[in-house]
Amino acid sequence: MDIIISNASGKPIYEQITSQIKNLILTGELKEGDALPSMRLLAKELRISVITTKRAYGDLEREGFVESVTGKGSFVSCKKEDFIREEHLRITETYLQKAIDTAKVSGIPLDELIEMITLLYKGDE
Amino acid sequence: MENIVEIRNLSKKYDGFSLEDVNFSLPKGCIMGFVGENGAGKSTTIKLMLNLIRRDSGEISIFGLDNSKHDHQIKEDIGIVFDGSNFHDNMTPTDINKVMKNIYKNWEDAKFYSYLEKFNLPLKKIVKEFSRGMNMKLSIAVALSHHAKLLILDEATSGLDPIVRDEILDVFLDFIQDEEHSIFISTHILSDLEKIADYITFIHKGKIVFSEPKDNLLYNYGILKCSNADFEKINKKIIIGSRKSQFGVEALVKRGNLKGDYTIDNASIEDIMLFQIRGESK
Repeated sequence: MDIIISNASGKPIYEQITSQIKNLILTGELKEGDALPSMRLLAKELRISVITTKRAYGDLEREGFVESVTGKGSFVSCKKEDFIREEHLRITETYLQKAIDTAKVSGIPLDELIEMITLLYKGDE
Repeated sequence: MENIVEIRNLSKKYDGFSLEDVNFSLPKGCIMGFVGENGAGKSTTIKLMLNLIRRDSGEISIFGLDNSKHDHQIKEDIGIVFDGSNFHDNMTPTDINKVMKNIYKNWEDAKFYSYLEKFNLPLKKIVKEFSRGMNMKLSIAVALSHHAKLLILDEATSGLDPIVRDEILDVFLDFIQDEEHSIFISTHILSDLEKIADYITFIHKGKIVFSEPKDNLLYNYGILKCSNADFEKINKKIIIGSRKSQFGVEALVKRGNLKGDYTIDNASIEDIMLFQIRGESK
């Protein structure tokens, strides 16, 4: 399992950790029931504060990706398809918002935007 | 979370310098960086914590005990590293082992020797012939060989080369793997600290400016970059400190306070310190 922290990334470190662990779960590299490294170990290895890893694990738990068992550690919770879908939906929405903002600056109309998305979407197939 | 160190309303007056109403606490299992310019009161605070000088007023509790009443008991569980050489010039690490065995109840020879080996320190060489980095590593080996729960370092890592600092950082991170352990490290070099510290306490002219989780500082503060004209339009109350130039303004702000479309860069702990002081002097 690899987690890469970038200082150049504008994202806070805890977010870099959560998004990478989520990706590992989504791609199946981390499976249901797999143990995550302890917060202290992760902090030590990445050379970051324990508070940061605590926050990352807390967020993952709240979002239902991870379960913590007192005294035992944190484990990947059962994979919920709708969780993953929702997460992807949220990410897509963020990117679309950015695209729309950019489009609005130059006054690109909605139908042209839709056409562009349709073209890109289908081009992949 | 339980606190391993708690300081309440601590004051100490000297001629020309005074420590005023210092308050902060260090939770178990955490690393606190104690930062401030030279002469801000870092060493005075540490000496007060170690009961080396008498406080005028306030409370200091370490491991839940008053530090002056339980001086001996507390010191058994503290590892201390001061700047510079802490041992007599003509002693070898082997001699130091003998001396320390008589000082600390929980001294462990094997642990000390394993640190010496880890740090590549010679057993038979006298301390006088040690380099600065070797001296520092020796002090840290001593501080960690009697099962201390709290490690206090006063300017210990400044002036060391990056390779030695890195080695030491690893040792600290190992130490903190035990949730009962804490580290209190005073410094004015922030680079390493910024990465591993959980809390930052900033002292300036004998007063604590802030004592907060590092993450809160990094996420809450930002450096606003804007034109002089834009700067004039911003409510000055939310500006903590600023630096003006002919071509624009840089200012420290709390991100939440500034509404609108502005360029805000991430602030480093060093930025936050500098702008706080700048803001005060204006």
